[in-house]
Amino acid sequence: MNVINKAQTNTATKNPCKLCSPFGASLVFKGIRGTIPILHGSQGCSTYIRRYFISHFREPVDIASSNFVEETSIFGGEKNLCEALENVNKQYNPEVIGVATTCLSETIGDDVPLFLNDFLKKKGAEPFPDIIFVSTPSYSGTHMDGFHAAVRSIVEYYSRSRQTESSASLISQAGKSVAVFPNFVSPEDIRHLKQIILDFGMKFVFVPDYSDTLDGATWDKYKKIPEGGTPKDDLLVLQKISSVIEFGDSLDGKDSAGKFLGSEFGSKRYGLGLPVGIDLTDNFLNSLEIISGRKTPDKYIAQRGRLVDAYCDAHKYLFGKKAVVFGEEDMVMSIARFLCEIGMIPVLCASGAKGDKMREISQQLFLEYKNEIIVRTKADFVDIEEESEVLNPDLLIGNSKGYSLSRKLGIPLVRVGFPIHDRFGASRISHLCYKGTQELFDRIVNAVIAKKQSESVAGYTYM
Amino acid sequence: MAEILTQREKQIFRKGTECFDMSCEKKSAAGSVSQRACVFCGSRVVLYPIVDALHLVHGPIGCASYTWDIRGALSSGRQLYRMSFSTDLQEEDVVFGGEKKLYRSLIELIDRYKPKSAFVYATCIVGIIGDDVDAVCERVSKEKGIPVLPVHSEGFKGTKKDGYKAACVALFKLVGTAGIGGIEKNSINILGDFNIAGETWMIRDYYNRMGVEVVSTITGDGRTDDICRSHGASLNVVQCSGSMLYLAKMMKEKYDIPFMRVSYFGVEDTSEALLKVAEFFKDTGIIAKTKELIREETEIYLPEILKYRDKLRGKKATVYVGGAFKAFSLIKALDMVGMSVSVVGSQTGNQDDYARLREMCDEGTIILDDSNPVELANFSLEKKVDIFIGGVKERPMAYKLGIGFCDHNHQRKEALTGYKGMLNFIKEVHSSLMSPVWRFTSRNGNAL
Repeated sequence: MNVINKAQTNTATKNPCKLCSPFGASLVFKGIRGTIPILHGSQGCSTYIRRYFISHFREPVDIASSNFVEETSIFGGEKNLCEALENVNKQYNPEVIGVATTCLSETIGDDVPLFLNDFLKKKGAEPFPDIIFVSTPSYSGTHMDGFHAAVRSIVEYYSRSRQTESSASLISQAGKSVAVFPNFVSPEDIRHLKQIILDFGMKFVFVPDYSDTLDGATWDKYKKIPEGGTPKDDLLVLQKISSVIEFGDSLDGKDSAGKFLGSEFGSKRYGLGLPVGIDLTDNFLNSLEIISGRKTPDKYIAQRGRLVDAYCDAHKYLFGKKAVVFGEEDMVMSIARFLCEIGMIPVLCASGAKGDKMREISQQLFLEYKNEIIVRTKADFVDIEEESEVLNPDLLIGNSKGYSLSRKLGIPLVRVGFPIHDRFGASRISHLCYKGTQELFDRIVNAVIAKKQSESVAGYTYM
Repeated sequence: MAEILTQREKQIFRKGTECFDMSCEKKSAAGSVSQRACVFCGSRVVLYPIVDALHLVHGPIGCASYTWDIRGALSSGRQLYRMSFSTDLQEEDVVFGGEKKLYRSLIELIDRYKPKSAFVYATCIVGIIGDDVDAVCERVSKEKGIPVLPVHSEGFKGTKKDGYKAACVALFKLVGTAGIGGIEKNSINILGDFNIAGETWMIRDYYNRMGVEVVSTITGDGRTDDICRSHGASLNVVQCSGSMLYLAKMMKEKYDIPFMRVSYFGVEDTSEALLKVAEFFKDTGIIAKTKELIREETEIYLPEILKYRDKLRGKKATVYVGGAFKAFSLIKALDMVGMSVSVVGSQTGNQDDYARLREMCDEGTIILDDSNPVELANFSLEKKVDIFIGGVKERPMAYKLGIGFCDHNHQRKEALTGYKGMLNFIKEVHSSLMSPVWRFTSRNGNAL
């Protein structure tokens, strides 16, 4: 196996395979009930990020901005931030306001925690929504770093808050609960994960849970903050929950929300790879068996059975087929392991992230493939294109940003992850567990078959 | 809970109920979810369609990621403009400055992609960390022998409109740098059309048929060399005046090229635009050809358009656009098929624009400056509009509320200018309005 980390050169990024960190924080805030995010910076940050969300989720996404002007960047952003907090409170009546910084406010050195402290002090006894702060300088890391930082901020904020009466009643049942930090997955994935945990007879607290807020029904009037998301009362219970499942290999060894609960409150952390494929889903369900003390419900055994049956039925279509996988590092790593499981070779695994863990894990995991797999971190799409032209893959697996490459190489793109803005139904794409894997597997097999069929001289009608 | 923020009250006007004192051209209120973007967005959207240029975003990665190939602007030549380049500034660059990285990025990209020119967009933090973008651009320009133009588009330094201005300033540096031999007397530049779905090609074709030479198209399907010799044209014809009027004014001042404002949206406005240009040249041949063109096109498309009138008559629309000039045309275009506009607004209109909107609209129409989702939704519901005409950010809001939608912004894939464009527009309005799906939505009370 070959691991390439684009050296720290002073050269440009060409067609980026990453977004900036305030994006990830905004997404997480969308998964907390009654929350409106404020990005502390220029108007453009929130508008661009909203537009980007909308192209994928096809839902209204309101994100406020503290709207810097020239004087703000000279005298600091305190005044604007306070005004933004007041205005957002007036117009949105939120339960929670999520404040994330941007490159601008970080560069001018705004001490936002201090601003917030003073702001709340001035408010005195006057009730005001909870304000959760996360530092997301856009020049550091990717959208996933913003995502994980926001999860941690929320968890830290509420597990240190005083509990309310309603949360106290939940705490008594907290023994049968599990906290889940699901990583950046689709609303459909979150719904599926929740159902699985329910089927194990447990309650859950997801951070975040945007399964309703970013994929909901039509409205009879404008809902400033869409229904859904994890309620505050549930977040207050986090410190009492003894088991935490945290998805994403990249978080291993990092100062994550799960780690925090472990070190502060002694919760047991289950750090798992995103459950794509049989092995990784087995790991997840095994963990749930341990946590719940129950056996895996029959319906999942049946789903697993069907998936294995499908693996067998389709194995010849896939054996030795080469795939290029790109996107967020945790999704890439899990899909790569799944591909190995079904006899395909993830010849190139690429992410725009720094990806220390990605390189480390891939070294252990893909030993048997030796030189057949290239792992590329800090990659952009020009890197991916250059590699792909040499590797001659059969398939691309990743987001819509791979479409021009797919068109150029004349090979199919199986769309996963984010963003998917050239197909319909991105919110309802399944990736996880036996059922999600089944859907993904069927799509991969069919992409391979369709290509073979359309290229067949005879135009076979049976494949 | 406040539906309308106090700071915004004067940016909302209800025709017939109040005296007219519209506040506009203001920075958005902090905490308002404005539909506007920033200075960078204004510059990027205007310069984006210059197809043979390198567009390098100098700053952290976000600005480049969010603007990668997001527009429907087409090219008849190179596709370089559709790539996204960024200096991708990191923490150490913020501390030590990004000039070196900018220099090396430019050299690398120019060597690799051989562009005809390069635009360097300065984003929010560039000035703050002390980068001298002008100096780097000048140096690279000398070394590589192509124009390398700084675009001062720091996001917080104004509104989207200031971004247009920054783009015009950069463009103006190209104008006048090449010879103008061989350009005919009856010649124009097309300013302010961005070739969304091939619209510039349609307009250019009209002018060709009229016998008017098009020297450059700024910026739809734009070419560096054409812009460099655009000062050889006799007239600047400016659409989307919000973005390009500034360039036209500078060209008037320096090269004494007159300009006129036109719109190509709608049958009426397109005919008026073409005729105005023809009459400018006082050439009977051109005028005759133009009248012939208008007659031919109208004969083909007008009956097709009017076929939809019976179905669309009496339907109501919300129109929310970037520049107010487009709203004028849309009101007229909808009127042609019997539709009215109940809510109308723009991100960047000025006093004159809103005064004109007030004249054009019926009693009770709501006029908005720099609005936000809450207002747009509430007013659209109050007025029971059937369709929302706006940009991609408003689309999910309309659908959520069971309201039809037509994209009239840069991301669309349908050509909406000229005669054929008007037919496309009415077809799209019709296809959204007449869909049977709305009856199931919550607004129409159809819950299970």
